[in-house]
Amino acid sequence: MKDLVIIGGGPAGMSAAIAAYESGLRDILILERDEHLGGILQQCIHNGFGLHKFGEELTGPEYAWKYEKKIIDLGIEYKLNTMVLSVSENKVVTATNSTDGIFQIKAKAIILAMGCRERSKGALNIAGSRPAGIFSAGTAQKYVNMKGYLPGKNIVILGSGDIGLIMARRMTLEGAKVHAVCELMPYSGGLARNIEQCLNDFGIPLKLSHTIIQIHGKDRVEGVTIAEVDGNRKPIPGTEEYIACDTILFSVGLIPENELSQSANVSLSRITNGAVVDQDRQTSVEGVFACGNVLHVHDLVDYVSDEAEIAGKAAVEYINKNTDAELQIVLKTDGKIRYTVPQVITKKKDVAVYFRVSNIYKNVVIKVTDGDKLILSKKKIKVAPGEMESVALKKEMLENVKELCFSLEEV
Amino acid sequence: MYDVTVIGAGVVGGLVARELSRYKLKICILEAENDVAMGATKANSAIVHAGFDAKEGSLKALLNVRGCEMMEELCNELGVRYSNNGSMVVAFNDEERETLQMLLQRGIANNVPDLRIVEKEELHKMEPKLSEDVICALLAPSAGIVCPYGLAISAVGNAMDNGAELRCNFKVNAIEKTENGYTVSSESGSVTTKYVINCAGMNSDIVAQMVGDNSFNIHARRGEYILLDRESDKLVNHTIFRTPSKMGKGILITPTVHENLLLGPTSFDISDKEDKDTTAAGFAAIIKSTNESTKFIPFHTTITSFCGLRSVGSTGDFIINSPVKGFINAAGIESPGLTSSPAIAEYIAEMLREDGLEMIPDPAFNPTRKSYDAFRNASEEEKNRIIKENPAYGKIVCRCEGVTEGEIIEAIHRNPQPRDLDGVKRRTRAQMGRCQGGFCGPYVVELLSKELGIPYESVTKFGRKSVINFEKTKGGQSE
Ligand SMILES: Cc1cc2nc3c(=O)[nH]c(=O)nc-3n(C[C@H](O)[C@H](O)[C@H](O)COP(=O)(O)OP(=O)(O)OC[C@H]3O[C@@H](n4cnc5c(N)ncnc54)[C@H](O)[C@@H]3O)c2cc1C
Ligand SMILES: Cc1cc2nc3c(=O)[nH]c(=O)nc-3n(C[C@H](O)[C@H](O)[C@H](O)COP(=O)(O)OP(=O)(O)OC[C@H]3O[C@@H](n4cnc5c(N)ncnc54)[C@H](O)[C@@H]3O)c2cc1C
Repeated sequence: MKDLVIIGGGPAGMSAAIAAYESGLRDILILERDEHLGGILQQCIHNGFGLHKFGEELTGPEYAWKYEKKIIDLGIEYKLNTMVLSVSENKVVTATNSTDGIFQIKAKAIILAMGCRERSKGALNIAGSRPAGIFSAGTAQKYVNMKGYLPGKNIVILGSGDIGLIMARRMTLEGAKVHAVCELMPYSGGLARNIEQCLNDFGIPLKLSHTIIQIHGKDRVEGVTIAEVDGNRKPIPGTEEYIACDTILFSVGLIPENELSQSANVSLSRITNGAVVDQDRQTSVEGVFACGNVLHVHDLVDYVSDEAEIAGKAAVEYINKNTDAELQIVLKTDGKIRYTVPQVITKKKDVAVYFRVSNIYKNVVIKVTDGDKLILSKKKIKVAPGEMESVALKKEMLENVKELCFSLEEV
Repeated sequence: MYDVTVIGAGVVGGLVARELSRYKLKICILEAENDVAMGATKANSAIVHAGFDAKEGSLKALLNVRGCEMMEELCNELGVRYSNNGSMVVAFNDEERETLQMLLQRGIANNVPDLRIVEKEELHKMEPKLSEDVICALLAPSAGIVCPYGLAISAVGNAMDNGAELRCNFKVNAIEKTENGYTVSSESGSVTTKYVINCAGMNSDIVAQMVGDNSFNIHARRGEYILLDRESDKLVNHTIFRTPSKMGKGILITPTVHENLLLGPTSFDISDKEDKDTTAAGFAAIIKSTNESTKFIPFHTTITSFCGLRSVGSTGDFIINSPVKGFINAAGIESPGLTSSPAIAEYIAEMLREDGLEMIPDPAFNPTRKSYDAFRNASEEEKNRIIKENPAYGKIVCRCEGVTEGEIIEAIHRNPQPRDLDGVKRRTRAQMGRCQGGFCGPYVVELLSKELGIPYESVTKFGRKSVINFEKTKGGQSE
């Protein structure tokens, strides 16, 4: 029996653990399947982490180390090389490792912080051959940064997600040539600063509204045929272009790893692919919380840490039994705003609501309404799917509200 | 000098070798690729057909029904996944219903057990997610599904455990008659043998020509597939075929023995025997057909797509004969070749016996083999005992499929040894799940490098020139 079991020792899991400790809890256990704490940050050796949280530019491992050190200093218990196999609805965690074998732990509360994985090439049904030399960008990152090997010399990248952009620069610095980054959508899903620093600074062309329609090469990749796509994302005949290359990297989206959440019967959102949560990041299963990339994909780790602190604190409140719901406000979106986190509010307190938009919009007003009543509005010069936005709701605004609709208007 | 040399380590060659390893014979298996099961055997529908498709009296009909009968026990012996899930051919209109009647009659003539036509109401109770437009189906309870490459790998492994030898990267390019047999050669050497069994799949016509047999040829017919992730809520339990037409057996929907959902194959004649490309038109055809048969296909869970090549023989039937003394063809083994393979092996053993090969049962022959799934299938108690003995079994390497380091290392050292990433994948399922090796690929490369004692950058995806990494990075050093 444990008070709190945290699954995943990435930035989310570590921040949640520290927040729980600082709220007075001592009986905490982090289970991490990797041989280190730190999650995906361990392989992100570029800088750009921690600007919001610490006001300085850190590399991934440096950011992670700040938290890891604190975990060690506080004496918070963790088990590495330990893979959680399932979580039951009544909060029994089954895990395995080399020293304990397969074991079960019953927890009073659980925080899900398993992060996400990259969508694989296989999901895309791209025509052509299936040779060696096709990697997801994160896998290539692992070969280069963790193993010290170069998996490609002439590269085409599909998808302009942040990992793809970062890897365009990384491979270039390692002496490879990146011939193009193709993006299906008319805009990039990555951060503006990454497009500037990873592509433009190195003269790597970003081909928007383009996709790979055929892969060539029997043993190793020999080339790709790319084409421009129309408004329905269908290739336009006559725009085909052959690019010789030996490697294709895919950066076509991240999928929260929610197999364990499903085993615990947690309801998932079809839009975020993560759990549906309230302002405390509590899921549909009482005492089970979720935070970080397993909840929704974040572009900045700083927000992951913030979110995890909320979950960590709330888990302690739950264990101390101060969690009765006071209200039930459902948060809705108009489609231009794709989703919000949280999706429900059950307590009268200040709540920061995070959201993403579904397209690039300029000069917009974000509106939060309850029926005809305008609760809040916020102007933005530009919003993009790649950048997470937020609004701060004050607790007074939640008085007598039944439903909150988040909408976006172009002016 | 070998008694028997088998050319081609697909499911047919593998089971022929395994059948012959029951006897005191010196056996050699020659395979062109870096691993076994690299031809049609690794990319097909994996259906154990009941046997109502083939014409009465054909070799296909005879061996199909016999193979279907043998499959379950064989899989138990070799530790291969098999499931007797049954199949259905669905009809959308009266014309198709008539075709089902014809198939039913043919099945009865072929001795297929328990065939019957199921009407709409019962059918939709059995398979609630079928389209409402389906009016009836031909149910074949004896049909099943099997892991096809698993069967070939375990057959070759069992033959080797019983003394047979395997030589990979041995692409036969000449066969010469000698006084009491043949010399079979490749770029990398040659072997001498009394008998040759030609199980070279797509190249079986070329191999036959090496001994002067020009009586048939083989051409390639592409079959593309889409594979979907496991889902808690299964779409179908049976294998669902469309009613066959002049265009062929059509596109099926089936669970696999690993609980994925497999959709395909397309059917398109091509001239290049090595062209395993998938096509946009192929994907569109699969999506259209499977959407007609069921209410909703969760295409968003697609894991991968692939293509296999059928070896279509010019005679319309399996070509199993002996054109010259000491040389036997097992050619044109298209569908239902997987189903028939155990019966083909039995049939060829009989041909050898009739030809006068002395076949003395080997008392040391062991027909059984530990399954690659043994650890996965063990009880929690048993698993904990194994982990205590060898902690590597407590370490999960492939997160999606839950494969441990212990299982991978064990597979690397078993017959037939995998030497590349895909080889480990087919044996252990590491890299076969939803992330397709994104997480564990680099680690499996490391294990192969360490266990086989080869440099990290020389590990390939599937032999030939399929290298994964080119060189060390500027600052990189191997661990
Ligand atoms: C390539 C890349 C570049 C990035 N660049 C930036 C950047 O420049 N700036 C920035 O601010 N952010 C960046 N990010 C985002 C940031 O790194 C992530 O948002 C953050 O790491 C997410 O933290 P997390 O803890 O939710 O997930 P993760 O870091 O993925 O951690 C999840 C942990 O859970 C463990 N786990 C999962 N399942 C189990 C299980 N069943 N049992 C036990 N343990 C399990 C995993 O091993 C992992 O350690 C980048 C992300 C990537 C991938
Ligand atoms: C799309 C498709 C769907 C199918 N579906 C089914 C089904 O559902 N049920 C069913 O029963 N059957 C099915 N089949 C048929 C079945 O897959 C084949 O009949 C079976 O795999 C044939 O096995 P094989 O050993 O003869 O050939 P292969 O598996 O092709 O093996 C031949 C081997 O010979 C090697 N070789 C070739 N040339 C040489 C040489 N010169 N020297 C040395 N080695 C050589 C090759 O590398 C290969 O490993 C399907 C086939 C396809 C393509």
